[in-house]
Amino acid sequence: MKSGSNLERVLSAGHFSVTAECGPPRGADPDVVREKAAYVKDNVDACNVTDNQTSVVRMSSLAGCMLVRETGVEPLIQMVVRDRNRIALQSDLLGASALGVRNLLCLSGDHQKFGDDPQAKNVFDIDSMQLIHMVKTMRDEGVFPSGEKLEGAPKFYIGCAVNPFADPYDIRVPRLKLKIDAGADFVQTQCIYNMETFIKYMEDAKKEGLHEKIKILAGVTPLKSAGMAKFMNRMVAGIDIPEAVIKRIADEPKEKQAEKGIEMCIEQIHELKEMEGIAGVHVMAIEWEEKLNEIIGGAGLLPRPVIE
Amino acid sequence: MITGTPKPIEELLEMLEPYENIIVAGCFGCVTVCRVGGDKEVQVLSSTLRLAREAKGKNLQIREVCLERQCDPEYLELMRPYLEEYQAVLSIACGAGIQFLAEKFSKTPILPGINTGFLGVTERQGEWTERCQGCGDCVLHLTGGICPVTRCAKSIFHGPCGGSVEGKCEISKDVKCGWQLIIDRLKSLDQMENYGKIKPYKGWDSSRDGGPRRILREDMI
Ligand code: SF4
Ligand code: SF4
Repeated sequence: MKSGSNLERVLSAGHFSVTAECGPPRGADPDVVREKAAYVKDNVDACNVTDNQTSVVRMSSLAGCMLVRETGVEPLIQMVVRDRNRIALQSDLLGASALGVRNLLCLSGDHQKFGDDPQAKNVFDIDSMQLIHMVKTMRDEGVFPSGEKLEGAPKFYIGCAVNPFADPYDIRVPRLKLKIDAGADFVQTQCIYNMETFIKYMEDAKKEGLHEKIKILAGVTPLKSAGMAKFMNRMVAGIDIPEAVIKRIADEPKEKQAEKGIEMCIEQIHELKEMEGIAGVHVMAIEWEEKLNEIIGGAGLLPRPVIE
Repeated sequence: MITGTPKPIEELLEMLEPYENIIVAGCFGCVTVCRVGGDKEVQVLSSTLRLAREAKGKNLQIREVCLERQCDPEYLELMRPYLEEYQAVLSIACGAGIQFLAEKFSKTPILPGINTGFLGVTERQGEWTERCQGCGDCVLHLTGGICPVTRCAKSIFHGPCGGSVEGKCEISKDVKCGWQLIIDRLKSLDQMENYGKIKPYKGWDSSRDGGPRRILREDMI
């Protein structure tokens, strides 16, 4: 075991795994995290805690991880390279490991332009690829990138993210391969709506044997309404929702759209479960955590396995 | 070249409030080429300032000067004989020129007349875009001649990030994704093997992060 995390154990044992995510609040109220975590509990193998997502200031992901863990859910810390230079990143990695966080997701982070502080300095001292490499070096060699020996190596199951729907398409699989070379153990994908593109992506990844080198967790986000689908498709860079998907939910009367969104999400998880090379799902029920049980249960993924 | 934009006239008038007798100093270097600080701009700016001050009922004497370069001491020295007759200098050279003036003439207030921008190129008349951040350790040979530090909004070395859509950067539909450009160019050069390598962490110590920089060429001293 590289980290001994629950997520690593579940995936190593060959189970189809489930992760979800909790966005910390825009304030210091810990109960917001506790309430979300209560919905997540028992439905997942680990729960991502986002790091100032979309560059909007929120409670720190490490603090969020601690609150999530207090509730009995295994945390997965997200770390973006937008706000911290390599000194701060290394230090936070050591801190997170010391506090018992065992799963990590290395990300670039959205540009600060999207948040409340577009005038902030953007750091990007190292990129997400290099962060993966840095953590792996610290974990496996017990040294800082500078070569200095660590007093105790951090233990992380190292994750990365990919967006199969960003451009240019033909760099997407090579880029996943780079992340594997850098040291990623698992990957969570951007939310998938365009199954056709995703199937092609997986075919290309499998040709390179990538699904055998990394655990691929497919990202899904249930749609709450046709309005949300249209908004995301138009406004969020790198999200691709085909017309047919939008139409399916838009054809329902407004009050039934949420229900339809959940039904579509469950259907999609069933389909993903059958795909070769998919090791699990990452369910991003954004501000809709109360539906996780219904979705994950509906997809036949409960109860979650317990592996000692 | 070094580019820049004129400062708003209101800001300049506020800066010049205490003075009645100044020099407006241009430069025949980069700022002439990007039409923000050459002799023409000195003339236009000086007339505008005089008129604006007159309208307020306050006089402003201006001596119009344009130096060969404000970043070379020998040209600055040409101002020394008459400098003391003036209360201040409004320089419309780049930030380097403005500062060099200030360093050479310790008793005269030196004011910035432009906002210095970036190292860039002329796309067409009236449009300039950034190309280089002077990072001190050029990697253009690995990236198809397109700079990831400058052209990528996140200065990443293994792009494009997940925000790249149809050749555009996530920050704006008006900004090309630097990494899309790099990949297009690597492909056309048949150098895609450069893409598939993990690059070492960039040493920012050779850029501004390492503190103010100096180039010392022993062979020239
Ligand atoms: S790599 Fe550095 S020196 Fe080369 S163009 Fe980019 S910023 Fe300028
Ligand atoms: S979209 Fe392209 S240019 Fe913009 S931050 Fe991402 S990789 Fe860089």
